[in-house]
Amino acid sequence: MPKSRSRSDTAFRIGTGAFGFLLIALVAGIGIVLAIESLASIQKFGFSFWRTQTWDPVAGEFGALPFIWGTLYSSVLALLIATPIALGIAIFISELCPAALRQPLVFVTELLAAIPSIVYGLWGIFVLVPAVRVLETSLPDAMRKLPLFSGPPLGLGMLSAALILAIMVIPFISSISREVLKSVPPAQREGAYALGATRFEAIRAAVFYARTGIIGAVMLGFGRALGETMAVTMVIGNNPKVALSLFAPQYTMAAVVANEFAEAADKLYLSALVEIGLVLFIITLIINSFSRLLIWSMARTETVTAEPIDAEAAA
Amino acid sequence: MNALTKTGIAAATAVVLVAGAAAQTMRINGAGATFPYPIYSKWFSEYNKQHANVEINYQSIGSGGGIQQVTKQTVFFGATDGPMTAEQMQNAPGKILHFPTVLGAVVPIYNLPNVSTELKFSGPVLADIFLGKITKWNDPAIAKLNAGVTLPATDITVAHRADGSGTTYIWVDFLSKLSPEWKSKVGVATSVNWPTGVGGRGNEGVSGLVKQTPGAIGYVELIYALQNKIAYGSVMNMAGDAVKATVESVTLAAAEAVKAMPPDFRVSITNAPGKGVYPISSFTWMLLYENAKDKAQAKTMVDFMKWALTDGQKYCADLGYAPLPDAVVKLEMAALAKIKIS
Repeated sequence: MPKSRSRSDTAFRIGTGAFGFLLIALVAGIGIVLAIESLASIQKFGFSFWRTQTWDPVAGEFGALPFIWGTLYSSVLALLIATPIALGIAIFISELCPAALRQPLVFVTELLAAIPSIVYGLWGIFVLVPAVRVLETSLPDAMRKLPLFSGPPLGLGMLSAALILAIMVIPFISSISREVLKSVPPAQREGAYALGATRFEAIRAAVFYARTGIIGAVMLGFGRALGETMAVTMVIGNNPKVALSLFAPQYTMAAVVANEFAEAADKLYLSALVEIGLVLFIITLIINSFSRLLIWSMARTETVTAEPIDAEAAA
Repeated sequence: MNALTKTGIAAATAVVLVAGAAAQTMRINGAGATFPYPIYSKWFSEYNKQHANVEINYQSIGSGGGIQQVTKQTVFFGATDGPMTAEQMQNAPGKILHFPTVLGAVVPIYNLPNVSTELKFSGPVLADIFLGKITKWNDPAIAKLNAGVTLPATDITVAHRADGSGTTYIWVDFLSKLSPEWKSKVGVATSVNWPTGVGGRGNEGVSGLVKQTPGAIGYVELIYALQNKIAYGSVMNMAGDAVKATVESVTLAAAEAVKAMPPDFRVSITNAPGKGVYPISSFTWMLLYENAKDKAQAKTMVDFMKWALTDGQKYCADLGYAPLPDAVVKLEMAALAKIKIS
């Protein structure tokens, strides 16, 4: 009897291990295939591909910089907008919300995540972009001279893209943050109250306790923003130029691949598009590893920093 | 119970037999341009009604994809909005023939709320607008073409296709024929390095941009403009008349081009000579191997093409395509005879 159990244990271990390994093999496989398919472009342009601004399919000159810039800029802007809102939603739902309102609110935020991105894109074109255009034209002339707001107010461009991305990542960040906050031991809050903390201070202590999980949630949102294609391409203006202006039409990596892949017949052109995919893959990998590292290092120091905050709450 | 099982088996056998008979159906796969997709699917379904044993599948994956797939022989025929380049032809394992099927045209659309008169454009003016050299609507070059129209001093916003497209190919092909600067700086392809403007996805993306942005100018397929009742401008042709795109003026462009038709039909008919010709017109092509491996499929396809070029042309008008002129059909019938069917 014990023997057969140990045998089934081994089988179970091998089985699940195989699935785990399959996942790693899949990721590695994607990377390898992207690298092989983009070989022609890698050989021709080398590392200059990462810092060249020209994207000229006619002349066969390809550089990824405007797309890298557009992807990172739009995603970072989206997170700057989305994080405070998403955290506010999460804190309200988990800490302050009346019980009757909780379930409907949770349902609605999660519903936002279920909307297909093409629907966001259409909404972006017909509602968001005209609204952004009104906002842009109403900006005072003195502000329009700033590099951040230069260029004609088209509505389409970085600002619209960042806003639509923010709306799309809010449900992700808020749902996970809410779950994380829910898992904070009640003793944390009770302890804070026992020490005479106000409600705000008690919530702050809970949020601080949950910070690694919240950062994880933000990073997940970042990953989603980086790869978002359809909604972004419909509102960003699709112009491969590096620009600081929020009004400028720009471009992202995922969008250019989706837009140009079908009609690319030339070998170098195709290979350059695949290399854009490879660049996106590498950047996503770097950002994910970095966020893992961040969470890991914070988790390690958790026990050390937990004490001062309790002391602070008590003060 | 037993009887029931028996009937079940009998029914199953019958199904298998019917399926067996249907297996003789000739299935042909093709892929390529999105622009002719509506008429191609109409043709394939109509042809299937008349010849129940012929099923032609067409994937509208884009001209570039069509050229690639037919080169790799993963599909039997391809379709493209821009003719294959000499280099692409060399990469194919056999000789590929081009057959024009219908005609399309690209029209300029614009958004000037206070201008009710239909504007006239010319190749050089459109090229300068899309090069970013003409930036205001009241520019003398535009005013000269539109005498008597009060043009506002609005900034021009250029809208172009962001996705690779045969529509873009036809548009920039026309611009580069009339503007040496466009030819040297930008060139001709399904996607180009645009000097200025914003990119929209698909005809609907570009027309959406133009509709929403006062002062915007863009280009869409004639069919798209007709179906969605979008107003568009007329364009100066080689003879010096401003012509508005219609099914007739587009067919006329092809008729004028017949005189200089190369034997392989790989010809650009933008800026065609002749009176009443719409200058931003183009053929769209089917790609077939001259000596395909599967002779039975080749024969079926040749029969289909003969039908499409004659009876099939009557479906053009309903769908907004311009039909081929008779002279071109005649030339193509002769060319179809070159395909080896046995």
